[in-house]
Amino acid sequence: MSQRLREVIAGVFSEVDVVLAYQQGFDKLHVTPCFMTMPEEINKLVWNPLCAHNLTSYLPSLKKKKVAVVVKGCDSRTIVQFMEEGLINRENVVIIGIPCNGVISVNKVLHETNHEPIEDITFGENGEISVKTLKGEKTLLLSDVCPDKCKTCQYPTPIVYDRLVGDPITSDKSPDSVYADIKEFENKTLEERLQYWEQEFDRCIRCYACRNACPMCICQDSCIAETRDPHWISQRSTLSEKFMFHMIHALHLAGRCVECGECERACPMGIPVNKLKRKINLDMKELFGYEPGINPEDKPPLYTFKVDEATIKEHKI
Amino acid sequence: MADTGFVQKEKLEEFLRELSKDAVVYAPCLEGDTVIFKTFDPGTTLCLDRPANNPPKLAVFPQSETLFSFKYKKDAEDPRKMSVELEANTDFPRAIIFGARPCDAKGFRIYDRVYMDTNTPDPYYQGRREKTMIATLCCSAPSPGCFCVAVGGGPAHREGSDVLITQFEKGYFIEPVTEKGKTILNAPQIEDGAQYAEEAHKRQLESHDLVRNPFAEDGLPKISRSLFDLDEFWEHVVSKCLSCGACTYLCPTCYCFNITDEQSLDIGERIRSWDGCMFPHFTLEGSGHNPRPTKFKRFKNRVGHKFLYYPEKYNGVIACCGCGRCIRHCPVSVDISEIVSYLRGSRFEFTNEPPESIGTDTNS
Repeated sequence: MSQRLREVIAGVFSEVDVVLAYQQGFDKLHVTPCFMTMPEEINKLVWNPLCAHNLTSYLPSLKKKKVAVVVKGCDSRTIVQFMEEGLINRENVVIIGIPCNGVISVNKVLHETNHEPIEDITFGENGEISVKTLKGEKTLLLSDVCPDKCKTCQYPTPIVYDRLVGDPITSDKSPDSVYADIKEFENKTLEERLQYWEQEFDRCIRCYACRNACPMCICQDSCIAETRDPHWISQRSTLSEKFMFHMIHALHLAGRCVECGECERACPMGIPVNKLKRKINLDMKELFGYEPGINPEDKPPLYTFKVDEATIKEHKI
Repeated sequence: MADTGFVQKEKLEEFLRELSKDAVVYAPCLEGDTVIFKTFDPGTTLCLDRPANNPPKLAVFPQSETLFSFKYKKDAEDPRKMSVELEANTDFPRAIIFGARPCDAKGFRIYDRVYMDTNTPDPYYQGRREKTMIATLCCSAPSPGCFCVAVGGGPAHREGSDVLITQFEKGYFIEPVTEKGKTILNAPQIEDGAQYAEEAHKRQLESHDLVRNPFAEDGLPKISRSLFDLDEFWEHVVSKCLSCGACTYLCPTCYCFNITDEQSLDIGERIRSWDGCMFPHFTLEGSGHNPRPTKFKRFKNRVGHKFLYYPEKYNGVIACCGCGRCIRHCPVSVDISEIVSYLRGSRFEFTNEPPESIGTDTNS
């Protein structure tokens, strides 16, 4: 697959200013986004299940350039959502799609290996991952160390692409499984849910990695987390301020979050922030029958106003 | 009293509870799968196996602190006039940071030069710092991203520590480094540590060579000014940065702050809170002008502050302790040690290529 991807990238280099792909990071367990501007850089390319980052996050800031970007199925939903909201110039983007069988959560691998430094990691044909540490070698299954989103993935093949590397894959996961965990969580009492979130958000250091990693966070430098006018959140480091920030973050993504999970992957304190966004997305789905990032012709429900909403009868005027 | 002590493993929590009686004890605690430096209390699970995700800087330099509270009052004689009552917040508790790493402790020395060793010391920092004892746990193995030895530290470096702790299978060897640190030996859980001293000192040296040293040839890294001022260099190496503040907030040596008044009606507080040079508003001036308007200029400031400006001001001391948190926990794995490696001398010409090829195909 790496070789085929390399060939495809070599083929598009002349059409674009920059290619967004992956290269080896600071250790064997980490790959890192790479911005290739010269054809010789293709030899840096890495493609394996560690390539979890959603590279489309960089597209809005590169609007003026011609960009080729490597996307998995889930990442492609971001591009569709960008198109719905007019955040990119589609003609300036060459989408190199790769059908994906799932990526790796670095945190889950570290958990499985007791946080020992990883000396080497290799990937087998059938989703087995061999991890070597100083304490020995361990075989893990991709299905055990993938982010939760991969376990219920409905779109393993990119929804939009200009080139496809590999054969399309059809999801074998039930559509009902997507929000099963959220529905289960909803069975807890209000007090239990509040206690859960208070405990999680207490760790937040307000570094805003979740916000900056989010491809759909478009307020950018005008984020209410730091503005003095309006002054909705203070600079105090208290639970209520942290809570408020995360609530606003989640609400700004209502019906827009493509559930790529970058917020959660980016969090240095291990806070399950994506859960909140997915809960709101579930509500949006039930209220408006809308799923973000699926059809470029759609408009997010909160971008539109209808006096009569088909699914909200009681509000009928 | 003996010079050194030893705490049996099973008595550690009891020992910390003892210390908690007359001090706020901060310790690395496990929450889910994350290790967090926070106040220790019964019910928290300690985790000393790996460095905490966040450094213990919050104990001395809290993420947000009230400098003073204020209250506007109408003059009883003349209601058109207002007076302001101020109340400073300078009542600091005794504190013990237990289980800091040598890099964390060294980090406080970076702060000391700025906040205390000047003719205008900061009363808030100084107040907390003087009442805080730092008990440091020597590292027995480096974590991914660690490079303490490359910036003048090491897994058993003593700078900044009041107490040095060496881990044994059965417990912890406790060795005071400063006068302040000696009081820790008063706890009833402490046994005489003399029999462990020799083995402890052997262990302290053991892991030094295991830590990677990306600047080995230089001793301490020397940055080339011409490369440092090359915009193309920064644009290229920093393109993937998300401009979030995780690196600065997790850094044991980052000490920049913001001051805001948080007011409602006639009462309020003046707050000092962490700021980070990665944020766009960091140098935003009142006029609306921002001298560092782009991501790469902000990133250049972070590297420059640690490896150029601070050393220029403080006799070559590097304002980075090599803890590796900014590398380990960066959402996109930006590696400051790699960037500083690029910037060294005129060893190579900048061509978008790393000095040695690190990009290899791990699998297909």
